[in-house]
Amino acid sequence: MTTLAYAFDFGLDLFPLLAGTLAAITCGLLGNFLVLRRLSLMGDAISHSVLPGLVIAFLIVSTRSPIAMLLGAAGAGVLTVVLVELIKKYGRVEAGAAMGVVFSVLFALGVLLIEQAAVRHVDLDADCVLHGQLETLVWFDAPATLAELFRVETLAHVPRQVWTLAGMCAAAFVFVGLFYKELRLAAFDPALSTTLGFHAGFMHYLLMVFVAAATVAAFEAVGSILVIAMLICPGATARLLTDRLGAQIAWSVALAALAGIGGYLGATAIPELFERDAVNAAGSITVAAGVLLTLAIIAAPRYGLITKALRRRRMARTITRDDLLATLYRIEEAAPGSRAEPVAIRELTARFPARPLRAAARDAARRAFVHADAHGLTLTEAGRQAASELVRRHRLWEHYLVEHVGLHPDHAHPTAEQLEHLPPQPPPGPTTDPHGREIPR
Amino acid sequence: MPDLAELLDVLTFRAGFNTSLVVAGTALLGLAAGVVGVFALLRQRALMADALSHATLPGIAIAFLAAGALGAQGRTLPVLLIGGAISGVLGVVCVQAMLRHTRLREDAAIGIVLSVFFGVGIVALSYIQAHAPAGSAGLTRFIYGQAATMQPSDVRLMGTIAAIAILCTLLLLKEFALVCFNDAFAKVDGWPISFIDLAMMALVVLVTVAGLQAVGLILVVALLIIPPVAARFWTDRLWALVLLAGGLGALSGYLGSVLSALLPRQPAGAVIVLTAGAIFAVSMIFAPARGVLASSIRRLRLRLRIAGEHLLEAAHDENAVELTPDRIGRVARLRGWSSPFRILVLASLRRQGLTRTAPSGLVLTAPGVDRGAQVSRKHALWAQYLISYADVAPSHVDWSVDQVEHVLSPALVAELESKLASRGITVPPPPSTHGANA
Repeated sequence: MTTLAYAFDFGLDLFPLLAGTLAAITCGLLGNFLVLRRLSLMGDAISHSVLPGLVIAFLIVSTRSPIAMLLGAAGAGVLTVVLVELIKKYGRVEAGAAMGVVFSVLFALGVLLIEQAAVRHVDLDADCVLHGQLETLVWFDAPATLAELFRVETLAHVPRQVWTLAGMCAAAFVFVGLFYKELRLAAFDPALSTTLGFHAGFMHYLLMVFVAAATVAAFEAVGSILVIAMLICPGATARLLTDRLGAQIAWSVALAALAGIGGYLGATAIPELFERDAVNAAGSITVAAGVLLTLAIIAAPRYGLITKALRRRRMARTITRDDLLATLYRIEEAAPGSRAEPVAIRELTARFPARPLRAAARDAARRAFVHADAHGLTLTEAGRQAASELVRRHRLWEHYLVEHVGLHPDHAHPTAEQLEHLPPQPPPGPTTDPHGREIPR
Repeated sequence: MPDLAELLDVLTFRAGFNTSLVVAGTALLGLAAGVVGVFALLRQRALMADALSHATLPGIAIAFLAAGALGAQGRTLPVLLIGGAISGVLGVVCVQAMLRHTRLREDAAIGIVLSVFFGVGIVALSYIQAHAPAGSAGLTRFIYGQAATMQPSDVRLMGTIAAIAILCTLLLLKEFALVCFNDAFAKVDGWPISFIDLAMMALVVLVTVAGLQAVGLILVVALLIIPPVAARFWTDRLWALVLLAGGLGALSGYLGSVLSALLPRQPAGAVIVLTAGAIFAVSMIFAPARGVLASSIRRLRLRLRIAGEHLLEAAHDENAVELTPDRIGRVARLRGWSSPFRILVLASLRRQGLTRTAPSGLVLTAPGVDRGAQVSRKHALWAQYLISYADVAPSHVDWSVDQVEHVLSPALVAELESKLASRGITVPPPPSTHGANA
């Protein structure tokens, strides 16, 4: 811990950390609605295509005035959306391709304009467009102690980029707070939203304007690649963790903040532990967001790979155990009178794969459904009860499939074999199944 | 500004060996990208290619580090490109895995891979710049591309890869077409779909990797998308599409690299993409069948014909041959015509010889009266049909009838007549109107 504290100098890194985290939170918040409306790539397209808007605004006013930049970016953002819609509608081009055409051409225009600006000795750097300049925000004259740091005078040293980002972040929260109902409606049911009088198309454009504005606010400090990652990753990660929109937004903001802080520390502190120079912080925050997403994919409580695998395994075990009981029941049924005769495991291996069979037999014995001894397996009374219930369901489903769905009697078995394990009760039927066998009880 | 002679020199490959080589190489790259891109477009994988190209960056950087660790002579272009190809493929695999195993949609999966892989690349690049500065300057050229600094050997490598991609596409054309147009049938017919898809993806990887140095990884996807989309406006045949997309791609590469060779500080990648964008804009607007201009002219013609027929029909229904300003005004108000549109309607009627100017004002000619009667009869036929066959209430038929009456073919009219006759409904033929305005 002391090494880490040594590696991370709070005063020195305060502003870049703040800038990275604010940018991450702003984009993460807005990105929820992009992910929900399947517009993630629109965020990608816009953050590419604001470039010419920025450069043009910059060339006109010749300063990095935030207002001019914001207007230029918002204009370019709306232009992107309009052009994509026009090409989709009038050119009958598929959405992905239309987006690809628009953003690559606009980005190319931006790159070209940057080169032209460089001819006029205007300082804009194409590489910094991508990964920003968080490193330039480092406060070298920072006071040495935390007590000195947290004073009003510190506010005077806060760089312009951090103010811009803080303003943008606040604006994004106000926007989502004020229009929460409309955004939610437009995300889940645009047609209903429009008929209720909240124009879904208008909300769409408003959201895009905010995305463009967030892009430009974040752009100087963190670059477009972090913007794209943060527009998509936290929202997508939160989507894996919850099914409620409110919870999703809360998660996405928390995850974005975590990625911002963790990513920045990862860029500065970890290399320092190995006595190496810091790596690019914007890239590292992006990677942190990716790591969080990977963790969620693997370990999310409901939709994670682990949970899904466990659920599938549990289900498979239950089904094998039930099938084993039903098989024993059918063997008993086929040979009346020899009821107490145990069935050797060997006889069952033709119908079940060996390993799951043994596991299922152990499981059934533990639950006192079967009695296992050296001769094999015998159903107990409880086991016979459970098995007859399952066989009953199977035969009732077969009856239903033949009589009401119209399957041929020979074709009903596989479907019934699956339905018997599922919760819905089969509709009541006669006392014999389509093959003439008795339906228990 | 370069003069015309200089322009001609570069255009005709006489501006020095290196420049000519770069121009020829990018033209070949454009050709390959156009040809391969057709299938990416038809298979709706356009943005998958974007994820792929962004995902090459970490591979390039890691290949650079690995080659450095194993000995500096390994840092050659092929090694870096192979590294890029591997991580690009890994990116695509990640997208597919996310689509298969999580609830994330394609757009999110593509965006995630694109940004996170690129972030890894940026981190690796910044590490390289800090710790292994020797030769690292060359790595950033893969992001935006730098055609001008390419060595002859680099251009040859690019050209070879592009040529291989073109050759493979032509060899697999039939299989690709099958999978693009009807993958379900292809599967049933026993074709190895996933293998064909894999081959398609491998070709996209080849083109992307070939284009990294000249165009850069951000913009190389534009070469894959734009020429096929532009070509799509001109044709509906696959063969023509492939040829045209290849041609337009080659043209973009050729013109773009020529322009960037001539003008100072014009990055080739951006100029190539803007050239392709210009070709796209021209195609979208001016293409004969699917172009915006052609289809809006077609639409205007149809609207004019329908409006004119409404006017003739109104005159017929009122048993009149004069188009008095009052009558025109009434129809115009009812149909919501703007006044310029009204002038166009009247002009088109006159041009078709359906009206003429008499001393008393505008009157219908004999063909005009005839047309009005026909439209009116089709109106009645279709209305009767809707009422008696489709159970539409008589008060509700007018709106749809107003649209359908203009497109009923003679064969359909005959069928309607017999259908209605079988129910004992007869719609009287129009009274002979010849001589009505004599």
